[in-house]
Amino acid sequence: MTTLIAILLDGAIYASWLFLVAAGLTIIYGVMRVLNMAHGSFYAIGAYAAAATVGWFFSGEHGNPYLSYLLLVGCALLAGVILGVVIEQGLLRFLMGRDEILMVIVTYALLLILEDATKLIWGVDPYFAYQPYRLLGISDIGDILRFANYDLALIAVAVFIGLAAWFVLNRTNKGRLLRAVIHDREIAIAMGVNVNAMFAATFVIGAVLGALAGALTAPAISVTPGIGVEVIVLAFAVVVVGGLGSIGGAAAGAVLVGLSRSFAVHIAPEIELFVIYGVMFLVLAFRPQGLFGQTLARRI
Amino acid sequence: MKSIPHFPSQTFRLAASAAAITLITGMSASAVAADNGKYRIGIVTFLSGAAAGPFGVPASNAAKLTIDTLNSGKMLAPYTKIGINGLEIETVLLDEAGGATKQAEEFRNLVQRQKVDAVIGYISSGDCLAIAPAAEELGVPTLFFDCGTSKVFETVKNPKYLFRTGLDAVVDNVAAARYVAETRPNIKTVASIQQNYAWGQDSWADFSLSLKQLLPNVSVVSEQWPKLLQGQYGAEISALSVSRPDIIHSSFWGGDMEALMLQGGARGLFDKSVAVLTAGETGVETFKSNVPNGTVIGGRGPYGAFAPKNALNDWFRPAFTAEFKADPTYPAYKMVQAILALKAAAEKTAKPGVMPTSDQVVKGLAGLSFEAPSGTVKMARTNGHQAVQDVSFGEYRFDPKTGKGSVANVKTYAADCVMPPDGSTPADWIKAGFPGAKCK
Repeated sequence: MTTLIAILLDGAIYASWLFLVAAGLTIIYGVMRVLNMAHGSFYAIGAYAAAATVGWFFSGEHGNPYLSYLLLVGCALLAGVILGVVIEQGLLRFLMGRDEILMVIVTYALLLILEDATKLIWGVDPYFAYQPYRLLGISDIGDILRFANYDLALIAVAVFIGLAAWFVLNRTNKGRLLRAVIHDREIAIAMGVNVNAMFAATFVIGAVLGALAGALTAPAISVTPGIGVEVIVLAFAVVVVGGLGSIGGAAAGAVLVGLSRSFAVHIAPEIELFVIYGVMFLVLAFRPQGLFGQTLARRI
Repeated sequence: MKSIPHFPSQTFRLAASAAAITLITGMSASAVAADNGKYRIGIVTFLSGAAAGPFGVPASNAAKLTIDTLNSGKMLAPYTKIGINGLEIETVLLDEAGGATKQAEEFRNLVQRQKVDAVIGYISSGDCLAIAPAAEELGVPTLFFDCGTSKVFETVKNPKYLFRTGLDAVVDNVAAARYVAETRPNIKTVASIQQNYAWGQDSWADFSLSLKQLLPNVSVVSEQWPKLLQGQYGAEISALSVSRPDIIHSSFWGGDMEALMLQGGARGLFDKSVAVLTAGETGVETFKSNVPNGTVIGGRGPYGAFAPKNALNDWFRPAFTAEFKADPTYPAYKMVQAILALKAAAEKTAKPGVMPTSDQVVKGLAGLSFEAPSGTVKMARTNGHQAVQDVSFGEYRFDPKTGKGSVANVKTYAADCVMPPDGSTPADWIKAGFPGAKCK
């Protein structure tokens, strides 16, 4: 019973983290058809900005420690907005409509550049922002298991972001316009939708979500060079399982991958490494477009 | 219709010009390097990626400090001669990131185009295994300063140009098992969490085999194999908690190690289970109060926090701290050690003031005994190509008043106690009950 509870809770926590990481990636792809390799850099820069700021905050008397949570979110917003605006307006705007493969290469180059920029700004030494992780305390589950409340709070954050995305897309005018762009860009333009503005807003939102994932992860890890590259591979696995461009798909993919991995860690840890990609293989074998992806007619 | 590829003329001219300029620049640099009277060393260490912070950058900083000091002639005895054999040292610094195939190519570039006189480098075991045959083929003295795989000298059976001036991972794990058996003889259960690649797998194999010999009644209750650089260990921590081990062995390094200790500590994993971190020394400065006192840590030899008091260490430690605003960890010590080994070897066999040849350097290195900040190092295994040193383990202690970590309850194991003799594989030696081991 203890193991079952552990599998479910660990799976939920990991799925929440995966969803936070993958949400921005899938939104950007859904609207812009840009498979954004630089998403890993948004995550890394969010983590570095948060870790550096929170580290500074706790290095002296700077007020109520609970303000550090606001700092985490604030850093993510600031980093995401700056990165999103600069990259979309300064680079991607000039490449819109190009082949998707070219965009992968361009954003991969961006990932490498941002990786070096991160080193130039923050160096290669690890950054720690562990205080917010410990501040919320722990919850005892039975006699043996203890979970950090920070991790449990991540589940709530992921659910909130998922619901917020659903609400915006389905219950607001802007969301309906965005869905129109996702469904058929050319028809949306013909109907007078300002697609360029939609692209800019979407990319900034995606960048903020990437940076937020990094900022919220920072308190639980040692922020070191290379964390963005590791994350992007996992994020791709999740969005491919769920179906590229679908928020619901990203959520389903994250839950499936998170629970499968958790099950493997507790029952057969030697296949932990394999299980994520095993799930991806099985899903794609039966639904090549992913769980929530739409089958598109190929234009010839 | 078959299409005929063609280059746009302007693009082609630009590309051709760029290639030509690169080639000419490279050739002229090589020509200068070959006859400028300086001793040229290729230094290869991680300058990017996850291994840069904990290993690569401290090592490259140590190389800079040591070479600057040698070139100024201000190094302590017995290294007072300028540079190497009176010749100024110049370095070519390369990033080890990119994988074994890239490193094998870069190694050839270093030797054939940059015309280095010797190469010091390599942290990744995979890189070492790729470089080892190339070093012998190209005939350039190559000193592995850090990588821990015991398979290096299985890949190259009778090395001439290849040396390792640090210890391998077998030594770490045999010593860790001995430390646990001596300090916690009543433990009943052990669990493991390792990065799922050669380093983690070999480390756990050596440790678990050794512990089985020393404490036969201990049973393994959980083995966790997360991906390298995974960063999130929630499920693994739960699985370890559920299995309730007395000790948890881990060869985690760098950010992974720090993340595991941070997450596990916050969830109370180490309240009842003692962690044994074979590469824990690099975290002494960063662990702070997040890691419980009593955590067993190793430094992959008598390095870093385990380094003995001697004149060279009295120079190195404060000089490094002053220049780089951080205490030197074990990769830094191991880099200094490799440079001093090269210098000692060259000056042992070459005429003073004359450029040492490769053959003179390797002749001097084989079987060499030399002084380093970590104490006396003997190149005494694998026909004088593998360094032999004592190994220390201890327990982490954090002082809230100073905000600094340190090691306590240190036990040092003689090389002959934890190192398999020449001619036997580590697994066979351990399974046979460490025959010939000389322990105090």
